[in-house]
Amino acid sequence: MRIDVMKTYKLFINGSFPRSESGRVYELKDAKGKFLANPCFGSRKDLRESVVAARAAHHGWSSATAFNRGQILYRVAEIMQGRSEQFIAEIVAQEGATPASAKAQVQSAIDTWVWYAGWCDKIDSISGSTNPVSGPFYNFSIPESLGVVAIFADGKPSLLNLVAAVAPVIATGNTAILIANEKNPLCAITLAECLATSDVPAGVINILTGKADQFVSWAGSHMDIDGIDATGLSNKEVIELKELGSENLKRIYSFNEALSTKRMTNFMEIKTIWHTVGI
Amino acid sequence: MSNVNNFEYAPAPESSALVDIKSEYGLFINGKFVAPKSGKTFTTVNPATEEVLAKIAYAELADVNLAVTAARNAFVKTWSKMPAAERGKYLFRIARILQERSREFAVLETLDNGKPIRETRDTDIPLAAAHFFYHAGWADKLSYAGHGSNPKPYGVAAQIIPWNFPMLMLAWKIAPALATGNTVVLKPAETTPLTALLFAEVCQQAGLPAGVVNIVTGDGATGSHLVNHPGVDKVAFTGSTGVGKAIAKAIAGTKKSATLELGGKGANIVFEDAPIDEAVEGIVNGIFFNQGHVCCAGSRLLIQENVQDEVIEKLKNRMNLIRIGNPMDKNTDLGAINSSAQLGRIKDLAESGDIEGAMRWSPDCKLPTSGFWYPPTIFTGVSQSHRIAREEIFGPVLSVLTFRTPQEAIDKANNTPYGLSAGIWSDKGSRILWTAKRLRAGVIWANTFNKFDPASPFGGYKESGWGREGGRHGLSGYLKGQY
Repeated sequence: MRIDVMKTYKLFINGSFPRSESGRVYELKDAKGKFLANPCFGSRKDLRESVVAARAAHHGWSSATAFNRGQILYRVAEIMQGRSEQFIAEIVAQEGATPASAKAQVQSAIDTWVWYAGWCDKIDSISGSTNPVSGPFYNFSIPESLGVVAIFADGKPSLLNLVAAVAPVIATGNTAILIANEKNPLCAITLAECLATSDVPAGVINILTGKADQFVSWAGSHMDIDGIDATGLSNKEVIELKELGSENLKRIYSFNEALSTKRMTNFMEIKTIWHTVGI
Repeated sequence: MSNVNNFEYAPAPESSALVDIKSEYGLFINGKFVAPKSGKTFTTVNPATEEVLAKIAYAELADVNLAVTAARNAFVKTWSKMPAAERGKYLFRIARILQERSREFAVLETLDNGKPIRETRDTDIPLAAAHFFYHAGWADKLSYAGHGSNPKPYGVAAQIIPWNFPMLMLAWKIAPALATGNTVVLKPAETTPLTALLFAEVCQQAGLPAGVVNIVTGDGATGSHLVNHPGVDKVAFTGSTGVGKAIAKAIAGTKKSATLELGGKGANIVFEDAPIDEAVEGIVNGIFFNQGHVCCAGSRLLIQENVQDEVIEKLKNRMNLIRIGNPMDKNTDLGAINSSAQLGRIKDLAESGDIEGAMRWSPDCKLPTSGFWYPPTIFTGVSQSHRIAREEIFGPVLSVLTFRTPQEAIDKANNTPYGLSAGIWSDKGSRILWTAKRLRAGVIWANTFNKFDPASPFGGYKESGWGREGGRHGLSGYLKGQY
């Protein structure tokens, strides 16, 4: 008889896999009460370090060509395809899903990467404009990434919700801090392993696990976070987040559909440029 | 040359006989002017003379309740049921009446606000009319605007506007709200209510159904009642970042959506290859237009170090020609500061510039003895930590900083929690686009400044606000779209 080698689930910050600064973990069990893993109990300092990494990565990522970003997002889909079995096993374990529905979820998560990969070099065309102003000016509006976006991932279907939240945020050039769903964190860390091997630059996506209610106050009051996807939070938590976020006017939204251009445009800013016309 | 310097203009005052200012104004609720429940009033003064212009109704909660109810009824019974093309025709009518009565509006705006008649006549009022004309055409074309095939209005919009462009800000708020099918309760600024109340008459002349537009006058407490009213679906605010944050916090626990157009500390960047004479005109326009009471003012001038002396010398020469005084004079460039309170804030911040070690310069100009006035002023030797480089002064005060490399200009320009506007002066197209791409601001003017148009989205990054006003993008603030 062979003893299985169990995985240590760690955080993903700036391209590395550190344990939490807190030195603490929480016990995760499956639907039948069997031990699954000890995910990290992420701390406020882990969040701060993630924000520093995300901010540092923003200039490079948002300056990459849209075509290049699209290829990198597509590359994530390629890597995930090869690791489908691992995701299926984790979804079955943490969600109590059937293998068939877990497989369908993984396929749809991979297809979601592909959908957003294709958007990278098209979203500007549909959300920008040239504006016919009255005067000798060339005037155009272009969308740009907002900056650093924190994401509170929703629960089941856990992998699809992770991808539907993070893919549109980074497709447009933002960098992200993904806070895994407390009860369904396993896929998040396995996703990090895919990201680490798929040409996504360090710091573009950072992944934390821990208690959502603590992350609400830490992220809401962090002055270098520009936007938050609050889809995974309760109404009460969203109100707390919005009250704290008002201090630097964070853009805070929740979403229903996995495939939606709103998930991109809500975390973009419109820049309008006027230039004189003359000889 | 001395004769040239001694040239003087003869006075060329616009007549105030064009306007008929009533001694007292009520609230405009459900298509009629009504007295406030409490009977309380306040006065509005001409800031250039301190003469009282009229008594204005002070709206309290009971009045706000009536206005919101009127707007709700109009939304449910009339406005949301009307074919979009007909809705648009009301907006076209309003645009036309504003054009017909434009001189009257311009004079009234200048009397109540203190800004030069040349600006109200050539900028504020024509642009306000243009905003209505532009949005009128959107009313029946919303399904083409990129907000889904069947975008819906929110319902009742609460709109709060500032005193710096009273009529233009009214147009920026009301035109898109009505075009998208919302009804509105608008609160003009405490110190500049008169053109909004004249606009109420325009709504009557246009035959706009009662309750579609309601105007409640008052102060910050009135605005707070309006924002917090449970019958309001949408909040649109233009004003200070401090109040904007308070609104964001106040509506956190509600389903209300908000558009916020807040403060700024715009960088106006002059590169060594800039057309210097044009840049100087742009610098003057950027900071002295509307007495610097402009959220997107170019209030931080960033000059490349090797052209600093030339730019400053030419800027001072140009500033010597600025004519300050009677706003009703058609040759006046710089009018009155809007209120005694605002004058106090400008003086405080400018004094901090002196105390923190920047060097102040103003042309030798005579200020009128009554009214609220501040001379055009520049501070050189300003460092990034100075309050006058960080805080919005909202007056005719320019802070001058320098840079050596383009990257340093970007770093300094972006070193602010604001992100509303920026200017770039250079003769090199690739440098302009390189710079524009890196500036974190919602509106960038290249070789121009302070240009506005209904077709051009306006609004800020970071703490300068949420959303855009104008253009196709401005519609999204008033539509619940599926897209």
